[in-house]
Amino acid sequence: MTRIGKRLSNMYYSVIRPILKNRRAFIGFTILMGFVIMATIGPLVVPLNLKTDWSKRFKPPSLEHPLGTDYGGRDIFQQIVHGSRDVLLIAALSALFAILMAVTIGITSGLLGGVVDVILTGITDIFLTIPSFPVMMTIAAVLRVRDPFSFAALISVWMWAGLARSIRTEVASLKQKEFIEAARLLNLGTFHIVFRELMPIIMPYIAINFITMMRAAITASVGIMFLGVVPFKITHWGVMLNMAMFQYGAVYVPEGVHYALAPLMCIVLLEYGAVNLSHGLEEIFNPRLKTYE
Amino acid sequence: MLWRIIKRIIYAFFTLLISASITFYLVYNIPGNVIDVMAAQLSESMGIPFEEAKKIALSYYIGYDPNKPLLERYIDYLANLLRGNLGYSILLKVSVNEVVVQALPWTLFVLSTSLLVSFAIGVMLGLIIAWRRRTVLEPVVTAYASFTDAMPDFVTAMLLYMFLAVRLGWFPMKGAYDEKLTPGLYPAFIFSVLYHATLPILAYVIEHIGFWALLMKGSAASVLEEDFVKAAEARGLPERRLLTAYVGRVAILPVAVMLAIQLGVMLGGSTIIETVFNYPGMGYFFTYATTNLDYGLMQGLFFVIIAGIIIANLIVEIIYPFIDPRARREAAR
Repeated sequence: MTRIGKRLSNMYYSVIRPILKNRRAFIGFTILMGFVIMATIGPLVVPLNLKTDWSKRFKPPSLEHPLGTDYGGRDIFQQIVHGSRDVLLIAALSALFAILMAVTIGITSGLLGGVVDVILTGITDIFLTIPSFPVMMTIAAVLRVRDPFSFAALISVWMWAGLARSIRTEVASLKQKEFIEAARLLNLGTFHIVFRELMPIIMPYIAINFITMMRAAITASVGIMFLGVVPFKITHWGVMLNMAMFQYGAVYVPEGVHYALAPLMCIVLLEYGAVNLSHGLEEIFNPRLKTYE
Repeated sequence: MLWRIIKRIIYAFFTLLISASITFYLVYNIPGNVIDVMAAQLSESMGIPFEEAKKIALSYYIGYDPNKPLLERYIDYLANLLRGNLGYSILLKVSVNEVVVQALPWTLFVLSTSLLVSFAIGVMLGLIIAWRRRTVLEPVVTAYASFTDAMPDFVTAMLLYMFLAVRLGWFPMKGAYDEKLTPGLYPAFIFSVLYHATLPILAYVIEHIGFWALLMKGSAASVLEEDFVKAAEARGLPERRLLTAYVGRVAILPVAVMLAIQLGVMLGGSTIIETVFNYPGMGYFFTYATTNLDYGLMQGLFFVIIAGIIIANLIVEIIYPFIDPRARREAAR
C-alpha cells in the first residue's frame, strides 16, 4: 500500500461508500452514470444514419427503431444517443466554469474584505438580480454562439453569483476561526490557507453545487435551443424538441408525438438523476452553507 | 433606515444601467445589412434616395447617429430610454412601445394569477406538512417537489400543450381570447380570456407549487420550535388558530420575500411558456424578436422585462422591513 493506495481507500470511505449507502444519492448517481456512458461510449457503438427516408416517416417504436422514427424517417434512438454528448458536455463545462468563477470571487471577497469585498459583493448582487434566461437568449442570438465551449461560457457567466455569495459568507466567518489564525501566525502564506485550510471545508458544498449547476445548465441550454435561438446539430435534444414543436409539426399529428416525447423524457430523467444526487449529497455532507436559488 | 433605502435605490439604478449597457452593446452590434434592408424598403415605399432612407432607418431603428463618437451615442441611447422611447420593430413595423402596450397586460395577468395561485396552494401545503410530519402528505409533497424540480418549464408546457390542447382539444391552441369577440367587459369575453389563459397559468402553477411548499415547510418548521408556539399550545389554543394566527403569520414573512424573485424567474420562463401556447405576451414577442433577429424589438422588450424585475425587487426590499420587525432590527444594525 503506497500513498496512492491510501488515497484511493480514503476516497472510497469518504465519497463512494456514502453515495452507495444513501438511497437518493445512489439513484441519482446510477441515472447520471447511465447518461455518461451513453454520451461517452454510446456514439462509438450506435451508428448514426441521418439519411432521410420519407416512406418511414413517424414510425412508432419497433425492434428496428427502439424509439421510432422522426419526420424524415430517421431513427430517433440514434439521434438521442449522439445528441447526449453535447447536452452533457455543455452542462459539465458550464458548471465547471461557473464553479471556478464562484470560488475565485467568493474566496477573494471573503478573505480580503474591505473595499474589494464591497465591490465584488456589489457585482454579485447585480448578477443575481438580472434575470438570466432572457439575457442568455439575447447574447446567444446576437453573438451567434455555435460551439459548446462558448455556449457553456455564456451560460456560466449567469450562474456563478449565488454560489459566490454563499462562499463569501462562509469564508468571511471561517476567517475568524482559530485554525486560520494559527496558520497566519505560523506564516504559512495565503496559498496554504486557501488550498489546504479553506478548500477542504467548502469542497463538499462545491460538489453539490456542481450537480445543481449542471442541472440548471441543461435547463437553460436545452431551453434556448428549444426556442430555436441557437442552431446546433440536429441530434441535440433541444433542437429535436424545436423541430417537433415549431418546424415539422410533430406535436400536431397523433403519430408524431413520440418524436417530442423521446427527448422530453430523457431530459426529465437526466434532471431527475441530478436532483436526487444533489439532495443525496446534501444529506451525506450536510454542509453548513445554505443554497441560495 | 433612510440610508438603507437610498443604498437600495442606488443598487437598483446601477443594475438597470448595466442592463441598459448590455442592450446598447447588442444594438451597437447590429450587422449593417439589417439596416440596409430596412433602408431599401423605406426608399422603395417612400420614393426617396437610398442614402436618405438609410439615415431615417438609422434614427428610427436605433435612435442615434452612427457617425457620432461611441460615448455620445451611448448617452443619446440612454436619453432615448429615459424619454420612454423604446425603439422600433422592423418586422412588425410598429414602435416597441406599441408592442409593450399590447403584450404587457396579458403577461401581467397570467403571471400575477399564477404567482398568487401557486403561492397560496404552496404555502398552505408547506404549513400543513411542517405541522403534521407523520402523515402521507409529507412524502407526497416532497416527491412532487423534486419531480417538478426535475421538469424544466418547457417540458411541462409542451406536455400540457400536446395532450390537453392538441390531442384532446379541451383548450385553445393560440391567442389570448377568441378572435371573433370584440374586447370589452362582458361575460363571454371575460370567459374567453380566462379559457385561453388556463393552460399557461396551469403550467406555471404546476412548476411552482413545490418550490413554495418546501420553502414554507422550512420556515414553518423553525417557527414551530419557538417558545411562543409551545406556550400557545400549552394554553390549549385550537389547532387551526395556532396554525394560522401564530405559526403561519410569522413563517409566511421570509417566504413572501421570494415573491419578487420568483416573479423574475417566471418572467424569464414566460419566453418559453408563452411561445409554446402561442400566447401574445411579452415573452412571446421577445422570443419572436430573438429568433428572427429583430434587434429593435429585442432590445426594447429586454429593457422592459429587466426594468420590471429590478423594480419589483426594489419594492420588496424597501417595504419588507416595515412588515417584518426582525428584518427591521437587522437593517438598523
